[in-house]
Amino acid sequence: MREGIHWPTAVVVVATMLLLWLAVWLLRRSRRRGFLSEVDRATYATLHTASLASQHLGDGLTPDAAERAGRHLLSILGAHAVSLSDSGGVLSWTGTGEHHRRQALELGDQTRTSGRTVVHDGAVITCGDPDCPVRTAVTAPLVMDDLVMGTLTAWTEQPSPGLARATEEVAAWVSSQLALAELARTRTRVMEAELRALRAQISPHFIYNSLAAIASFVRTDPDRARELLNDFADFTRYALRTGGPFTTLAEELRNVERYLVLEQARFGERLEISLLVAPEVLPVTVPYLAVQPLVENAVRHGLATKEGTGHVTITARDRGSDAEISIEDDGVGSDPDRIRHILDGANGSDSVGLGNVDARLRQVYGDEFGLVVETAEGAGTKVTFRVPKFAPGIHAGS
Amino acid sequence: MSNPLSLAAVVLVCLTTLAVGGLGLRLSRRTSDFYVAGRTVSPRLNASAIGGEYLSAASFLGVAGLIYDQGVDMVWLPVGYTLGYLVLLVIVAAPMRRSGAYTLPDFAEARLGSRAIRLVSSALVIGIGCLYLIPQFQGASLTLTLVTGAPAWAGGFVVMVVIALAVGAGGMRSITLVQAMQYWIKLTALAVPAFVLLALWFRSGSPSPQVDPSWHVPLSPTSPDDHPTYRTVSIVLALCLGTMGLPHVLVRYYTNPDGVGARRTTVTVIALLGTFYLLPPIYAALGRVAYPTLPAGVGSDTIVLRLPETFVDGLTGQLLTAMLAGGAFAAFLSTASGLAMSVTGVIDQELLRPRLARFAGGDVPGIRGFRISAVLAVLVPYVLSRVAEPLGLATTVGLAFALAAATFAPLIMLGVWWRRLSTWGAMAGLLVGGTAALGSIMTTMVVDDLGGWAGAILANPAMWATPLALATAVIVSLATPGRIPAGTTRTMVRLHTPERVALARSRLPE
Repeated sequence: MREGIHWPTAVVVVATMLLLWLAVWLLRRSRRRGFLSEVDRATYATLHTASLASQHLGDGLTPDAAERAGRHLLSILGAHAVSLSDSGGVLSWTGTGEHHRRQALELGDQTRTSGRTVVHDGAVITCGDPDCPVRTAVTAPLVMDDLVMGTLTAWTEQPSPGLARATEEVAAWVSSQLALAELARTRTRVMEAELRALRAQISPHFIYNSLAAIASFVRTDPDRARELLNDFADFTRYALRTGGPFTTLAEELRNVERYLVLEQARFGERLEISLLVAPEVLPVTVPYLAVQPLVENAVRHGLATKEGTGHVTITARDRGSDAEISIEDDGVGSDPDRIRHILDGANGSDSVGLGNVDARLRQVYGDEFGLVVETAEGAGTKVTFRVPKFAPGIHAGS
Repeated sequence: MSNPLSLAAVVLVCLTTLAVGGLGLRLSRRTSDFYVAGRTVSPRLNASAIGGEYLSAASFLGVAGLIYDQGVDMVWLPVGYTLGYLVLLVIVAAPMRRSGAYTLPDFAEARLGSRAIRLVSSALVIGIGCLYLIPQFQGASLTLTLVTGAPAWAGGFVVMVVIALAVGAGGMRSITLVQAMQYWIKLTALAVPAFVLLALWFRSGSPSPQVDPSWHVPLSPTSPDDHPTYRTVSIVLALCLGTMGLPHVLVRYYTNPDGVGARRTTVTVIALLGTFYLLPPIYAALGRVAYPTLPAGVGSDTIVLRLPETFVDGLTGQLLTAMLAGGAFAAFLSTASGLAMSVTGVIDQELLRPRLARFAGGDVPGIRGFRISAVLAVLVPYVLSRVAEPLGLATTVGLAFALAAATFAPLIMLGVWWRRLSTWGAMAGLLVGGTAALGSIMTTMVVDDLGGWAGAILANPAMWATPLALATAVIVSLATPGRIPAGTTRTMVRLHTPERVALARSRLPE
């Protein structure tokens, strides 16, 4: 082997090829640049700066976000300084002449009440420092839902119609970014509300049926009745708990177990359950109440509308970097179009759980981690989902 | 010395592995009354599984070979293999479990929140995995050549195909019970022949091995160019610190229910490994009795497999050889599949899946990417194992440990115990340690005898590369305090708070 390769030659050849490749790459790059006109280049640069600024505005108008975005806004406007304020105070000042910072709030008052762009000249802005370049300010409103949320002020030497226009446009653009941030926040709030709804959504039928089943054991089998009552208490405690949005698969399955014990007390021999769980996936973090609603669906569809025994199988598998959980019943099944409808977010009559679990999984882990439902009329239903074993920032109980 | 019994043992082991990989979860119990709590993996079972996965070709054949070849200094090797778990126990076992990280790149991202560090860690995991897989393939070809006379490429090829199939089918590694059994199979396969050979040796009047002083006097050089003290210390350091950076070790810690379980598991692992490593020195010493010098054209790594038929003729000898050959193959397969699984996971998650998704617009089923990755993860090390100079099994494994010690050990130790670690510091440490260790390893593999101090330093880089990486990480971190990740305090609290405390706090509002 070693006689086959002359190492110095090999190194020289590889190095030469790398250099050639680098040269070609640089040449192409410069040529690609060369086709751009000055105007094009300026446009692209501005668009790029705007996209940089928008990254920071994703969390809404906070001092930190204003500070970071201000830098990019300043380079778009080409003024001496840019300041952002909300109704409470000045959030950030980027650029020179920070001693004017206190003025920014009072200058914004007029804009805040009128909702119009106002140009303030030297008559209003006084400065003791003869070298200070800040002589003029253009204040434009940040509007959301017809309300002025704050102001954007560009500080410069000479007032110009161009700057006034640009400031107004940039303020409008920032407003739309803030609206997007607000939308994202609303979506999170809706999710949280849905989770709370799901938590409170222990079906009244289930409570009634469980208590009736327990009552039937009180005389004949007091010990079992006591155990069932304990299970019932534990189940409700878990389902109504006030913890974080995540838990471990082991905890979630333990709760499913309690739920099934109660359902079995009611259905007796009619409900058969198989559980295949790989012990390796028990510590995996899953969204709270991700499995139980699916099992409840399976029990309801697998048994309630059907004669004879129903079989529910719960499987948790180790799939390398993911864990795969599936819930299968041999009940009446349903129309795939109806399920698609539910997963698309339309309000299904009895499968709120399905849509909610799907939406939460997608929100937390991304779109490729949604529910997969296999079903047909009369052929049972199988619901499968995957969760990554590790996802940054997601911990059980946090 | 073709031996039909040995061939049968090897085939049996391969088929069992494939069957288990193919059947997958179907082996586990089907019950209709179930208790989740009863299904968590106990520390003892988990420890056996770690032992089963950890004891590789290097432990099964290589250690005895090295001791036979280079003398009692090499007894430090098994000590180092076991010590690694002591370091793991004291420094990282419990915090690592609490981090929730599933792989080393996961840990890097959880602690430092940087995609770039995640990518570098992933590349290192692939590198270490490949380096560790090479000796597994070499050992397999060695064994198969010895017991059947097959050509040299065949053994590694068989292992490669079996592993690719097993991993592609869903991964036998995932089954803790199977790996736990592997440990006991390996222990039996090595222990029974050892005791039979010892008994035979006693009966023949317990002759002493004929060796020169450099073999049995500790730390005596075999040649003027040899630096046994440096070599030994560096190897022990590499093994001590490298264990925590092995990709297939951390995965098992995740299976522990909590940090306490992780520590208990580690203690049991130390006991199990300690027991196992009592055996290779016996083979090495008996080897010196049977062969005062090695016959021409015979590698010292085969000494374990050659011994039984030297001591006893006929069926008994063949049976013992078959047992050892089967055990050796079990060792290759279990370690290689664990490693291949880890490497496959990283290739799939970091490299292949994002690209496949982009090409096909998200229409690629996840399992296909996983299978492509599995083939890549075994093919590349196999080709390397054919190309690379056969350095001796335990030596190549030592290099994998050295790379892990120079890169992941500083990252993990600082990550777990030092709040001021910055992303730049961690990155600089990884790059400096990785470049130093990889450079030395490549030079050692490619260039012939360097000799003298240069050779010794490059062949055992852990001694200088690890402190260098550690110092780089510390200095750069101190120089860039602005790059300390924002959530550091919160992460540290989570890493170091015992689960019971966290539990008590979460119950307060009720």
